[in-house]
Amino acid sequence: MARYLLRRLAFLLVSLALASVVLFVLLRMLPGDPANALTSVGASPEQIAAARHSIGSDRPLPEQFTHWLGQLASGDLGTSFVSSLPVGPEVGARLNVTVPLTLAAFVLAVLVAVPAGFAAAHKRHTWYGALLSGVSQLGIAVPVFWLGMILIAVFALNAGWLPSGGFPQDGWAAPAEAVRSLVLPVVTIALVMSASLIRYVRSATLDVLGSDHLRTARALGSSFGRAMWRHGLRNASVPVISVLGIELASTLLGAVVVESVYALPGLGSLLATGIAQHDYPVVQGVLFLSTLAVLLIGFAADLVQRIVDPRLRGRLSGGAR
Amino acid sequence: MTTPDVLRPVEPQTVPGRRRTRRSVTLAVGCVLAGLIALLAVVSLLWLPYDADDTSGGRLAGPGDGHLLGTDKLGRDLFTQLMTGSRIAIGAGLGSVLVAAALGVTLGVLAAFAQGWLDDTLSAFLDILIAFPTLLLAMLIVAARSATLGSAVLAIGLAQGAVVARLTRILVKRVLAQDYVTAARTSGTSWPRTVLGHVLPNVWPTLAVNLALQFGLAVLAEAGLSYLGLGAPPPNASWGRMLQEAQATFTTAPAGALAPGVLLVLLVIGVNLIADGLRDTLDPATRRRST
Repeated sequence: MARYLLRRLAFLLVSLALASVVLFVLLRMLPGDPANALTSVGASPEQIAAARHSIGSDRPLPEQFTHWLGQLASGDLGTSFVSSLPVGPEVGARLNVTVPLTLAAFVLAVLVAVPAGFAAAHKRHTWYGALLSGVSQLGIAVPVFWLGMILIAVFALNAGWLPSGGFPQDGWAAPAEAVRSLVLPVVTIALVMSASLIRYVRSATLDVLGSDHLRTARALGSSFGRAMWRHGLRNASVPVISVLGIELASTLLGAVVVESVYALPGLGSLLATGIAQHDYPVVQGVLFLSTLAVLLIGFAADLVQRIVDPRLRGRLSGGAR
Repeated sequence: MTTPDVLRPVEPQTVPGRRRTRRSVTLAVGCVLAGLIALLAVVSLLWLPYDADDTSGGRLAGPGDGHLLGTDKLGRDLFTQLMTGSRIAIGAGLGSVLVAAALGVTLGVLAAFAQGWLDDTLSAFLDILIAFPTLLLAMLIVAARSATLGSAVLAIGLAQGAVVARLTRILVKRVLAQDYVTAARTSGTSWPRTVLGHVLPNVWPTLAVNLALQFGLAVLAEAGLSYLGLGAPPPNASWGRMLQEAQATFTTAPAGALAPGVLLVLLVIGVNLIADGLRDTLDPATRRRST
């Protein structure tokens, strides 16, 4: 296990290095000159050149890259071209919205989907088993922004129970307001996420329910609950863990649409404006942190999978294959 | 996958006849739902109730009075817009799936043949790409090009290509381990012929089902991009953009904020049901599961 941990850690670092090179090169390939964002419309060539010089985009790419890496190593994400503010604190402020939003939605989705998916598989011949499968079938077909619109119309505009969007100016200094403004977004993401999770849990449970070793355990006299607990859960959880990892990572970054529906100042909206304004440091910083998060979550998911399923330990990454 | 599919016991509770009925019901319902939207798209090519930019109906008129579902905030007939929107939804779905299939199958087959560290690198690369949400990739591509339907389709197709590639890699690896492939190789069949003759026919059913599911996801992704203003630019009536425009008037003119969403859901559920029905028909090994 220790050897595996080292190998996997090395792999993580290599992936991160590769990803940062790809990220850097890709962003420089985007058309459009960030100097345009700094200068007024009729700027002279000298002014544009000065603007380029001030942000360093006139230097050769390798030099820009090493400069960026040096900054990263000292924990500096650079300075926004557009607002001239450091990117790090801005990202930090956005994370105060995005991280609670994502984690709460993720936990809620797991709490709903794991029992529901298990029931949908175990009770698939009853009406509520079929109903659960049907609801999750419906859930994966509903666009997340439309669900958000409907929840706003019902619970905010009609009933007036919750705010229809926005986040308090004071942030978490006004905890009650902050929580209230996150309730609907959390529910929106959790509903959509659990719809697809239910299908994975159901499928993993069905695999286990049909397996020989579970049947043998039952034939040897174990009760269903005991056979499931001793022989079923571990096996069913392996593929689900890898899906959970992907879902968590993609929700962290993919909350853009929900943030837009509820006008939340999160990481997604920061990235969206950054892209629109060709603000390299912002886009680069957000994407670098996101990649780091994706890799770390994958690392954690692989590790947990290997703790749960010793058969995987010889393999480097992944589990459900 | 610990047990080979063939060795799995047949589920005792399910009688074959009942299974077949349920399977055909799934397929039939799916075909009806998706067919309705497809019909809407075909009819819209030949006939529309109103001209696409006819604003004679008055702003935000309610349903009835010559306009089946009322009008939008510019006075355009809602049903006409829904009809033209169905073309964009279906076109985006088909286009993305084509890009994803071309890219994913090629990359997946190549990755399946790779060994050792190259295999690890490729699958890790695909894993990272998959963890990045489609929308994020799409935003980058739309920023590099411009907000058009083509950019959106390309972006969605690229993101889905990674998913298809990973699936293809797993499926092909499984086939490559089979005895008949070894037999074909030892009897002197070339690699290209092995892939075309033995590998692709065996992975195709599962791939087809996945591509059908990707179609539904692509439709949703295009709607999401259009909602953010990154899809087909106005005056194209993408359902996602129609929803975005109707959001502010949800309580006063609910038809505009509900109808495009309902059609989106119908189309995606329809295609997903077709995928489920197809899997049960094409792939006998997974017949007893219906997720």
